[in-house]
Amino acid sequence: MNWPAGLEQALPEWALTTLTSLVQIGVVCLVLILSVAFLTYFERKVIGFMQNRMGPNRVGPRGLLQPFADVIKLLMKEVIVPSSANRFLFVIAPVLSIAPALAAWAVMPLFPGFVIADIDAALLYVLALTSMGVYGVILAGWASNSKYALLGAMRSAAQIIAYEIAMGFALVGVLMAGGSLNLGAIVEAQAGGPLSWFWLPLFPLFIVYFVSGVAETNRAPFDVAEGESEIVAGFHVEYSGVAFAVFFLAEYANMILIAALTAVLFLGGWTSPFAGSMFSFLDGSVLEFLRASGLHWLALKTAFFLFCFLWFRATFPRYRYDQIMRLGWKVFIPVTIVWIFVEGVMVVLGVGPWSS
Amino acid sequence: MMNELVSDLSAVRAEAFLAAGICVLLLFDLFIRDRHRDLTYALAMLLLAGTGWLAATAGGDGRVLAFGGSVVVDPLARVLKVAAALAMAVVFLYSRPWLRERQLFRGEYYVLGLFALLGILVIISGHSFLVIYLGLEMLSLALYALVVYDRDSPIGAESGMKYFVLGAIASGTLLYGMSIVYGFSGTLNLGELREYAAGLDGVPVFLLVGLGFMLSGIAFKFGAVPFHMWVPDVYQGAPTSVSLLIATAPKLASIALVIRLVAEALPELLVTWQVILMTLAVLSLLIGNIVAIAQTNIKRMLAYSAIAHVGFILLGVATGTTAGVEAAVFYSIVYVVAAAGAFGIIMLLSSRGAEADQLDDFRGLSQRSPWFALMMLLLMASMIGIPPLAGFYAKWIVLLALVEAGAVWLALFAVLMSVVGAFYYLRVIRLMYFDELPGGAPVQAPGDFRLVLSINALLALALGLFPGPLMDLCTGLLG
Amino acid sequence: MVPSVLFAIFAGVLVLSALGVIIARNPVHSALLLILCFFTSAVLWLLLEAEFLALVLVLVYVGAVMVLFLFVIMMLDVNVTRMREGFTRYAPLGAIVSGIIILQLAGAIWLRSGLPAAEPLTPREAGHSNTRELGAVLYTEHVYAFELAAFILLLAIIAAIMLTLRQRPGLKVQDVSAQVKVQRKDRVRLVKMDAEKDS
Repeated sequence: MNWPAGLEQALPEWALTTLTSLVQIGVVCLVLILSVAFLTYFERKVIGFMQNRMGPNRVGPRGLLQPFADVIKLLMKEVIVPSSANRFLFVIAPVLSIAPALAAWAVMPLFPGFVIADIDAALLYVLALTSMGVYGVILAGWASNSKYALLGAMRSAAQIIAYEIAMGFALVGVLMAGGSLNLGAIVEAQAGGPLSWFWLPLFPLFIVYFVSGVAETNRAPFDVAEGESEIVAGFHVEYSGVAFAVFFLAEYANMILIAALTAVLFLGGWTSPFAGSMFSFLDGSVLEFLRASGLHWLALKTAFFLFCFLWFRATFPRYRYDQIMRLGWKVFIPVTIVWIFVEGVMVVLGVGPWSS
Repeated sequence: MMNELVSDLSAVRAEAFLAAGICVLLLFDLFIRDRHRDLTYALAMLLLAGTGWLAATAGGDGRVLAFGGSVVVDPLARVLKVAAALAMAVVFLYSRPWLRERQLFRGEYYVLGLFALLGILVIISGHSFLVIYLGLEMLSLALYALVVYDRDSPIGAESGMKYFVLGAIASGTLLYGMSIVYGFSGTLNLGELREYAAGLDGVPVFLLVGLGFMLSGIAFKFGAVPFHMWVPDVYQGAPTSVSLLIATAPKLASIALVIRLVAEALPELLVTWQVILMTLAVLSLLIGNIVAIAQTNIKRMLAYSAIAHVGFILLGVATGTTAGVEAAVFYSIVYVVAAAGAFGIIMLLSSRGAEADQLDDFRGLSQRSPWFALMMLLLMASMIGIPPLAGFYAKWIVLLALVEAGAVWLALFAVLMSVVGAFYYLRVIRLMYFDELPGGAPVQAPGDFRLVLSINALLALALGLFPGPLMDLCTGLLG
Repeated sequence: MVPSVLFAIFAGVLVLSALGVIIARNPVHSALLLILCFFTSAVLWLLLEAEFLALVLVLVYVGAVMVLFLFVIMMLDVNVTRMREGFTRYAPLGAIVSGIIILQLAGAIWLRSGLPAAEPLTPREAGHSNTRELGAVLYTEHVYAFELAAFILLLAIIAAIMLTLRQRPGLKVQDVSAQVKVQRKDRVRLVKMDAEKDS
């Protein structure tokens, strides 16, 4: 980032680095939170249309200001801490659930040459942080001192453990294909159009990863941790006002994170779908801009997966708890292990786009 | 690179074969019906035969280091590995009718047993802290699970719990000691540790601390006093087929553990560990022999007798001489033969639904089955150390090594304790020959069981009459 | 300078939270402090440029092991007062044992202080992949130990399943594969009927 020359001279290097990082973090977080706000609007609209309804259309033009109305409403409400709840943990739980969702963006390659922290073990970092998110849920469930909340927390813990293994194994496949743990390097390894993206050779892993992602974020059809019809609202039954809003924010931020990660790991991140040589006829035409990579492609791909999240919610009934466990342990984990083995054979035999 | 890997793998071929075999057995057992379970048994026996053969031929005649010196294949490894595979085969053979009668005849027994054997093989060949510890954990984990193999037995669950908790502490102690030694010597490799120790002047305190922790861990696994508390409970509480397993093959791993970690790795510190080992040995001989007298349960009695025998084995190692270590190896093999036979007899006598684990169950055995009473007589006599049985020869060479090493008083003490120990073995013989059991039914057992049990007991005699071949195997072990 | 300040901060947090683990009265608090311990030790590893180990520590211990730990603690209603009953009785013994261990360690450290100090670690360049390096060692030099560890895990799985899996008769469970295999003809029977007419 370029600072004004005067500032660059006035400050020592470490201060400048810190300042740069802070500004980058601030911008990314702001955009994320705005995205969350409009994702809620998007969700209500999409599901509304799928169910032949209008969705919110009162606040602002076409209801576009609805999310702000919701936020203001929640901010005005009182945060009630249940009696005999563990106050400290009760308050810190929502923070614990949103922090990892935001922190994981530090290693996300947003457009060519830009990532807040270009670390080598980025994939592991992401995996470690997504696995931390469960603490928010567990602590919220326990600190509320409510049976429903505790049940929700327990369900969530068991579910996240089960799906995290499948997710990790799917990432091992990506790591083998990309030859690096750095997300930027993984994106670059996928350069050259949809056929060289990893979704094709790693198709089973791609599906497993995305579905596990849906399960990890506790979204329908895996939302037993909330399960309105069974345990009221699960782990956040006792939360109100801002605390509830933060949980809400965390859930949607996690969705965006999973969607973006799926795009980065399997759909080539910021690379353009028209980048392959088969689209070289576009060169020199008006549409040449389509072949350039950039943030917009990542955003589009992310938006597609976010739409899938909403689509699932509108389509599938909730899984029964034992079915969730069965799917995770007995279907996904074996599938990933088998496919990693297949991939190993492919690498040895030199089959596949990454073997060159 | 590739050639190195191939030669490394060839050094551990017995382990690799067994590990692959376990996976096959596991999958095979999954797909067969209960009435075909004998096939699992047969496959397990085949695996043992293959493992034994591969172990006997691994590494040629010499001493081979593999995997960067973390594995050693030497004569000691070959002898102990073959003995362990044989012992496990005998255990499986004895256990089959017993397990079948109690609806415990399942594939897991064999899988876990083979895992225990894999751990034993790994320990025997281990030449670095890391490998030895992993082998030990594998063995212990398999044994913890086996002790509670009969899930409906409350006494089994209790002993399993005790074993698990105490065993975890012992593993922690061992690991702690290893980490201290590693922290100062900077190596996990026993060969390098030996060089390091040779380069020291004087005995540093830190090595003592680490060694102390390591020896307590080893003593626990061996079942030496004062780390013996788990032995009687586990022997009594575990299903007899599992007690048999615990009493036999793991003892071979324990002797290997002591030899590898102490006698081989730190000969420079002989003065130090000699004292510790001798203390352990004296206490084991004392407590084992005296407390055994008070037992009425024969499994418990055999447990205390095991503690006493461990004392003898440790005495052999504690001499620090080649002759002493060889005598200890010879002693442990002879002990394993006798223990396998004794537990075999217990399993022979126990009928459907009833255990024969009380001393009173041996009343009048000479009338019910004169042949097996004779066999038990041989085994007990061997454990006492009556000439010309194998136990006598084993005790004799240990005592000889002790006297040669100048520990005459220790030798005298060991003899005295053997005399005390004779009392409870003789009591079994008295019950069999001079007491009556009204209404005792004749003993029933399958033919292979009877045959192998007889061979086993006669082996205790044969090894005493002709100790030469086994003694030849046990000489020159340390290269 | 900065790394040593960071080290001081995180080491302080680590020691304090470790103390908290054993002092906290509520087992859930102990577990949470233990998580903090793992986290701060991961950060210490990061300062040593061992990023793979650091992240795996967070992933495995914080992300999985401690979640299950908390799960169990929350499910069991641990009666802390009963566990503390024998405290005064066993405290002297515990004090003696830990005193001996501390003395031994102090002796060892004191002795070590005479030895030459370890050479300072040289930082690696930015692109250095510690994961790759670990992998290279793990799959060549230590492949035997690595595979053994894998077999121990297999054994643990088998043992755990053997101890817990039991099919109780009369238990109402759904057989998922039977549910999946079901055909239309098993469930639906189409019956042809003549239309009823009002007479």
